[in-house]
Parts: sequence; C-alpha cells; structure tokens
Amino acid sequence: MGEINISKEVIQGFVDGSVSVEAITLFAIVIGAIFVNNVVLSQFLGICPFLGVSSKVETSAGMGMAVTFVMALATVVTWALQNFILVPFGIEYMQTIVFILVIAALVQMVEIVLKKVSPALYQALGIFLPLITTNCAVLGVAIIAVQKDFDLLTSVVYSTSIAVGFALALILFAGIRERLDVEDVPQGMRGVPIALITAGLLAMAFMGFANVVPLP
Amino acid sequence: MSKLQLITKGIIKENPTFVLILGMCPTLGVTSSAINGMGMGVATMVVLIMSNMVISLIKSIVPDKVRIPAFIVVIASFVTIIEMLMKAYVPSLYASLGVFIPLIVVNCIILGRAEAFASKNGIFDSALDGIGIGLGFTLSLTAIGAVREVLGSGSIFGYTFAPDVMPLLFILAPGGFLVLGYLMVLFNKVAKR
Repeated sequence: MGEINISKEVIQGFVDGSVSVEAITLFAIVIGAIFVNNVVLSQFLGICPFLGVSSKVETSAGMGMAVTFVMALATVVTWALQNFILVPFGIEYMQTIVFILVIAALVQMVEIVLKKVSPALYQALGIFLPLITTNCAVLGVAIIAVQKDFDLLTSVVYSTSIAVGFALALILFAGIRERLDVEDVPQGMRGVPIALITAGLLAMAFMGFANVVPLP
Repeated sequence: MSKLQLITKGIIKENPTFVLILGMCPTLGVTSSAINGMGMGVATMVVLIMSNMVISLIKSIVPDKVRIPAFIVVIASFVTIIEMLMKAYVPSLYASLGVFIPLIVVNCIILGRAEAFASKNGIFDSALDGIGIGLGFTLSLTAIGAVREVLGSGSIFGYTFAPDVMPLLFILAPGGFLVLGYLMVLFNKVAKR
C-alpha cells in the first residue's frame, strides 16, 4: 500500500505546485540511469574497467568515485563546448575530436590539481585516473547527454546518476568475484569467461527493473 | 615475421576479442544481429588500417612525450570521416549502431596497435597489421552477432527461419554477456589444439 500513498502524495504535490514537473522528471532520470538503463549492464559502456578493475570491493569503490568525479566534470565542460562553441560556429562534426581531447586534458588536470590540493584523495584515486581517459563510458555519456538535448542541470544529474550506476555495478560485481576466487571453477572457464557469464546473470537481475519508470 | 603471418595472426593467435580481450564495449553493444556486428567490425577495420598507416608515417616527427594525444587526434579524425560516410551511405546501419560509432575512438584495439605496432614499423607492414587485426575483430563480431541473432530472433543476416519461438533474452543485454562468455570458452578449447 506504501507505493499508492507515495504516488498520491506526489500527485497531490503536483496539483498544489509543491512538487514541480522538473523534479519528477529528474527523479525519473536518476532512477532510470542507475537501475533501468544501467550503464554497464544494459548499455555496455565501460566494460573494460568493469572486467579489469573489479576484483576487489575496495578498488572498485575507488574507481567508482574517480569515474563519478570525472564524468560529472566532463559533462559540464563538454555541454558548454557544444552549446557555446560547436553549435554557434556550425562545426558539430568536430564533436568526437573535441570531446576526446577535452576529456583527456581534463583527466590530466584533475590529476595535477588533486596532487597539489588534496594528497589524501589523490592517494585514493590516483592510480585510477589515467585509466579513465580510455573509459568509453565518459565519452559515451557526454555524447548521449548532448544528443538528448538536455539542459545543464539535467546533464549533470544524468551523468552523476550514470556514474553512480557504474559504481554500483562495479561494487556488486567485485563482491561476487571475491567469492568466485575461492570456488572451484572448471579449467576452461577460469578468468574472463566465468566473469562474463556472471555479468550476464547480474544483467538478468537488473532486467527486473525494466518499466519501473518511463524512460527519460 | 612473413607478410602473410601479419594478416593471419589477428584471426586466431592474436584475436583481439577472444585472446587479447580488447574492445569489449562494441563487442557486446552492437552484436544483437550479424549485420550490425559485421558493420561495426568493418568500420573499426577501416579506421584501424588508416590510422596505422598515418601513425607509421608520422612516427619520426612526433615528439615522444605527446605521442598519445597525437595518435588520438589521428584516430578521432578517421572516426569522424567514417561517421560522416556511414551517415550518408548506410543510414539504417548508422542508426542501429548509434553512439558506438563515435566511441570507436576509445576502442583500445586501435590505440593499442598504434602504440605496439605502427609506431615501430613501416607503413606497409602497419597496413597489413591493421588488416589482420581488423579481420579478426570483424570475424569475431560477426560470429557473436550471428549466434545471438539465431538464438534470440530465429534469423540469420536478416533471413528469418523460426519467427517468434526463440528466447528474446539473447538479443537483450544478458544474452550478450552469456554468448560471449561461452564462445570464449569454445574458442580457447579449439584454438589450444
């Protein structure tokens, strides 16, 4: 019955004007990006770190944090570039080249700034930062956010939620793989094959979230 | 290494998908049908051959410290060209591959070959290496796409033979992981003989 009460409240708030349409849309985008269209398990972006890094829960959490940070920052910068430079000058076809260079430069800059400003955070995230340039999820999300014509706030919310979904998938998967290490896996399936099949089962579980919210 | 070996090594011994395990995102993302897999494979192969050739030409004039950004610009230029060509000539394939076409630029196979092969070898050998690795990638993607299409929608290369009876799961996300996992086991078993 709880669900019905919540939706009644939301509808009531919607009628009063205390819950805005934007808030509901943003909520749908958050849930959609984390669970329904999980970046790794249903959109197949960022598979390399998913298979490569996720053998321990701690490193997965570190990678997840680094990706969240860079992804949100990259989306803001690429959004500004797209709307203030590429579109006004009519050179949208330069998108791929500009975006990948900006992301590569941004990762370098974040690394340098973190090293100076917060050595503790740099210690925690440091080794993951260079890996992020080749994480296709960062470029992919920047392109998708531009393609969907999101405004700045929606872009930031969208990319942060995607990154949280990435971290969630990574940490869940790491938990499973820690247990898999001590299991007696058949010879030919050790390593990547069993990891892929496990990911398949995890993706199947995430399919349970389908149709929870309308797709943004 | 002979010229022929440069081409054939990419198919079995250094197969980018099943042995080197590179470029997993497009491998899983676009292989819901054999045609899509093949289209992605060919697009990647063209970019790989062109970028390998250009990088092998410019290797002596690019300073060592900025070589990675320089390589990325070369690769991104060819990806942009391919993207425009596909949009103009194969719009349906362009639509079904979607965001994975611009993402060819972050495919680790291409940067990997640039760094490991093209920056050390001549233009002709680099082109052959691109053809070999590209062929291996195309064949793997087509094979995965064909298996998923047969199991998931009961058709092959668009020719339907068993409509509406196959489990849809195989063309959805979980099917991609499962099919790739089991094909990898099979490949390891067969290739080790």
